Amino acid sequence: MIKHSTFAGMVLLAASTFSYAADMSLSIDIPKLEVAEYHRPYVATWLQHQDSKAITNLAVWYQLDKEGEGQKWLKDLRQWWRRSGRSLDMPADGFTGATRLPGTHQVKMSDVATDLPSGDYRLYVEVVREVGGRELLNIPFTWPVKNSQTLTAKGDAEVGLIELTLSK
Amino acid sequence: MKTKAVLAMIMALTFSIAAQAHRVWILPAATVLSGEQPWVTMDAAVSNDIFHFDHHPLKPEMLTVIGPDGKTVAMQNAHVGKHRSTFDLELKQEGTYKVFSASNNLQARWEDADGKRKFWPARGQMPAPGDFEKSVPKKAKNLDVSQSSRRLETFVTAGAPSNQVLALSNEGLEMKPITHPNDLFNGETAKFQFYIDGEAAVGTKVTVIRGGMHYRNSQDELTVVADKKGIVSIEWPNAGMYWLEAEYEDSKGKTPATKRRGVYIATLEVLPQ
Repeated sequence: MIKHSTFAGMVLLAASTFSYAADMSLSIDIPKLEVAEYHRPYVATWLQHQDSKAITNLAVWYQLDKEGEGQKWLKDLRQWWRRSGRSLDMPADGFTGATRLPGTHQVKMSDVATDLPSGDYRLYVEVVREVGGRELLNIPFTWPVKNSQTLTAKGDAEVGLIELTLSK
Repeated sequence: MKTKAVLAMIMALTFSIAAQAHRVWILPAATVLSGEQPWVTMDAAVSNDIFHFDHHPLKPEMLTVIGPDGKTVAMQNAHVGKHRSTFDLELKQEGTYKVFSASNNLQARWEDADGKRKFWPARGQMPAPGDFEKSVPKKAKNLDVSQSSRRLETFVTAGAPSNQVLALSNEGLEMKPITHPNDLFNGETAKFQFYIDGEAAVGTKVTVIRGGMHYRNSQDELTVVADKKGIVSIEWPNAGMYWLEAEYEDSKGKTPATKRRGVYIATLEVLPQ
């Protein structure tokens, strides 16, 4: 008798602490720009926990080259550099990659979703383009979510639509 | 090395008397750098308008560069022009670097019997021991003997900021950043603490002027006064390069000085959000 209710209790406990199906995904639109001198933008995207201020890096796309010259411009991702980048050894495992061409790009977040502590967050997407402009977008959200939802934000110039899908 | 230090002191002293009507500054091209061993270029000048080159260069040999580990760093490609000097730094280590000059000297001024203004030491002269007693009268009209310190600084950071270069020497008027000088952003409030000979410099008067004087009709200076702990708070109204000048005076000069004076100048970069 005791054994059964203990087991049931454990299942309930598991369900309220871990959301096995909970998932997140992010897509970012890099706009096609008609400019004389076009360079693929540097992009950084991260989560910040509103209470602890802890940063979870999701993706940083920059010019990867043997000599590391592309790193010279990482500081132009001003907010990302200040909150995280300047304390990291680049390239960093798991989230750094090359710059992307114009189009819609997916950022994998399933691993992040698995052990993301609960709380209020802001997703940031920072985009800067050589001889172009800089834009910073953010989407606030609470984790975990009670209902699956897609939150969006749209940039004016350097970044298009960003879509954050949160599943419960 | 010792001769160079003496020379630097003389030149600094010369500037402290001659350049009082002008502003001295070191201007980095950037204060936040990323990448493998980044280079940064700096200008140094004495001018009227901030940060415009309109008067005299400030010679690189008068400045010292300290790296994150506390060791001196060599300037490269130094050049002295008509209105400014320039030099490059290769930031081989991660952390914060300081470029500075500092002096702390006994100075005297008075008026002689004919009403003519006299200064000691004379311009460009390094006084020998005992010279003060020989040259400066014990009694004179408007006799003013002071321990006068002058410090000029700027900071640049490669990668994550560090604090070793921010340590005080406990001599003269100095600034201890509470907010790191390479972590300044528009709309945020920065706090700096002023010290005189290692004690809180209460009442230090701080003036802050943003660069770009040619493009506006007023200095637009911000003035703040240091509190009981020597602390000033500055809320940056715009992003840009700022010239900061702090002045302090009291009557706690070490004999034969009756007054103690200090001037501290820094160039600070405030980034947009």
